Amino acid sequence: MPESTSVSSRRSLLFGAAAAVTAGGLLTACTSNEPSDKSDGGSKPADQPVADSKPGKQVTIGFAGPQADHGWLNAITDNAKDRAKKYSDVTLEATEGSNDTAAQIGQVETLINKKVDVLVVLPADGKALTQVGLKAMRAGIPVVNLDRIFDTPQAYRCWIGGDNYGMGLSAGNYIGEKLKDKKNAKVVELAGLDNLELTKQRSQGFDDALKNYPNIKKVARQAADFTVESGQAKMSQLLQAQKNFDALWNHDDDQGVGALRAIEQAGRDDFLMVGGAGALSAFEAIKSGRGVLKATVLYPPTMAASAIDLARALGQGKGIGGMAEFEIPAHVTLYSAVVDETNVDKYMSTGFK
Amino acid sequence: MTQPATPTRPAEPNRAAVTKSRPKTLGALHMDIRTLSLLGVLAALIVIGGITQPDSFLDGDNVQLILTQASVIGVVTVGMTFVIISGGIDLSVGAIVALASVWASTVATQEYGFVGILFTAILVGVGCGLVNGVLIAYGNIVPFIATLAMLASGRGLALQITDGKTQMITVDSVLKLGERDSYILGIPPLVLVFAAVTVIGWLVLNRTTFGRRSVAVGGNPEAARLAGIDVRRQRLYLYLLSGLCCGIAAFLLLVLAGSGQNTNGNLYELDAIAAAIIGGTLLTGGRGSIVGSVLGVLIFITIQNIFALNNLETATQQIAKGAIIVAAVLLQRRTANTTS
Repeated sequence: MPESTSVSSRRSLLFGAAAAVTAGGLLTACTSNEPSDKSDGGSKPADQPVADSKPGKQVTIGFAGPQADHGWLNAITDNAKDRAKKYSDVTLEATEGSNDTAAQIGQVETLINKKVDVLVVLPADGKALTQVGLKAMRAGIPVVNLDRIFDTPQAYRCWIGGDNYGMGLSAGNYIGEKLKDKKNAKVVELAGLDNLELTKQRSQGFDDALKNYPNIKKVARQAADFTVESGQAKMSQLLQAQKNFDALWNHDDDQGVGALRAIEQAGRDDFLMVGGAGALSAFEAIKSGRGVLKATVLYPPTMAASAIDLARALGQGKGIGGMAEFEIPAHVTLYSAVVDETNVDKYMSTGFK
Repeated sequence: MTQPATPTRPAEPNRAAVTKSRPKTLGALHMDIRTLSLLGVLAALIVIGGITQPDSFLDGDNVQLILTQASVIGVVTVGMTFVIISGGIDLSVGAIVALASVWASTVATQEYGFVGILFTAILVGVGCGLVNGVLIAYGNIVPFIATLAMLASGRGLALQITDGKTQMITVDSVLKLGERDSYILGIPPLVLVFAAVTVIGWLVLNRTTFGRRSVAVGGNPEAARLAGIDVRRQRLYLYLLSGLCCGIAAFLLLVLAGSGQNTNGNLYELDAIAAAIIGGTLLTGGRGSIVGSVLGVLIFITIQNIFALNNLETATQQIAKGAIIVAAVLLQRRTANTTS
């Protein structure tokens, strides 16, 4: 039996003034990651339909994200909205983005009260939003946790997000392959905001990848703030400190705009640069082939569109095509693909401004 | 209306009254010792930089780099110094730089080229300064609150204008100004602007009626009022001046970074206030030095430069920066006390 039906019937139980506490406990069990047939009984494998683009049951998806104060987050919101528009059976209730934890909790609670069928939440702070995720799950609303992860798997039905460690790994391996024949090769890292855990993960992945290439040494690492201004300032100092090196990995394409400006101002072109995230400006620079930027590793904002797909499938009680599972998986970790001149055209449409 | 409509001469307080009856010669010496101690700190940093990274720190490129990076925040600090001298504070400088830079980097503005971008940046800066000034001088809102409000709404407006996107500058004449070809005798144009703002700021503070009035308003507003200074109008002008400096700085930042982003000018308010205080400007008003502020900025930027050249980790950088700020202020206070 499709999960959504069971969810809505249980919710009607809840709103039918049955013992709310008992119902809440029951709901937690059913919307958690346990196989649904345990509670649903007679569902047959062959009955499990797979999500496709054909119109199905109407699904209202609540979407709450952080304030779109820079390129990538902006693209996240756009991706979610555009994807929802594609489906005639999806209604999207999107809240105004907020970086204030209390405000975002309030917004998610509002969506719960509006009785949306499924929630997609990209929390400004995953840990801080955990409780409201739990609350939604207990209310029988499956939560798709987008990117910044809640503290407990009980707070979401499905998590989809990027792979920060994988970004570092992909960048390191790409640079490693380019420099593998070069003796005593030197690389430099322009990291993102060091206060964020994701920055450490990106650096760790990069360092681990470089271990496969003993001829390469990381000679400098400086952290910027994910902004153009900080990228320009830190990069110009790195260029002054390192008079010659072979490759640069920059964690973020937004600060990369500033970094590229610093490289241009210093008149340097003696190394290859790999970016991170997948901004349109980076894709265009890679395509032109003129500057030092040769590749960027993805942390794709298209994950928001995929989150809408997953939410719709959850709402309609369908699985994913091409997989043997009856249910949507609990975790989907995106791959940090490397985009360079060979495949940039394919990714151009996903580039964000 | 408590003030005379047309102040008659002699409208100016005499300088002795303004400097709280400190003997003039000793006062001048006092300031010089402060400046000297700051120069000492800067010299010590240069020695440290030279010893740790002799190749990269002491070359001409690095001097250009330090001065260029000091330009944007330096111009902001000159305006901030005036505001603090008058007993006020401007927490909105970073937000004004952000707003002016994103407004000036919109596509619409870029159609008018260099002049359009420059004037938009300056007009937005002055406009924000005007709002601050009117709220503080005529709305009787304390500077901390008025400029905090400007910080919040300025950042919000900058975000709304950009929609979170990075606005690239496409006007070549603007971009060129930040590149090596346009250096004049090896000096980047940004640094020349910074130098000009510093010199003008020094002249205005030390050689004009406006400067004396600013000090008087900060030292003792009531005495200044009795001496015939239109304190309100003076305050209005001071926040306008700070806004103007932010507008100029926003343009310099556009030249430097090649794009407008709503995150531009992040935490400039703290850096500018810290540089002014390190430079010997009293947070309570009534005393301050443009040269000191500029040295404060140079000390900051030189520290950052040495850190980056030595590849220090972020956490170490932050701790060391805090320690050096305290050391600079203590040293300055010590030298100042022992001589006066």
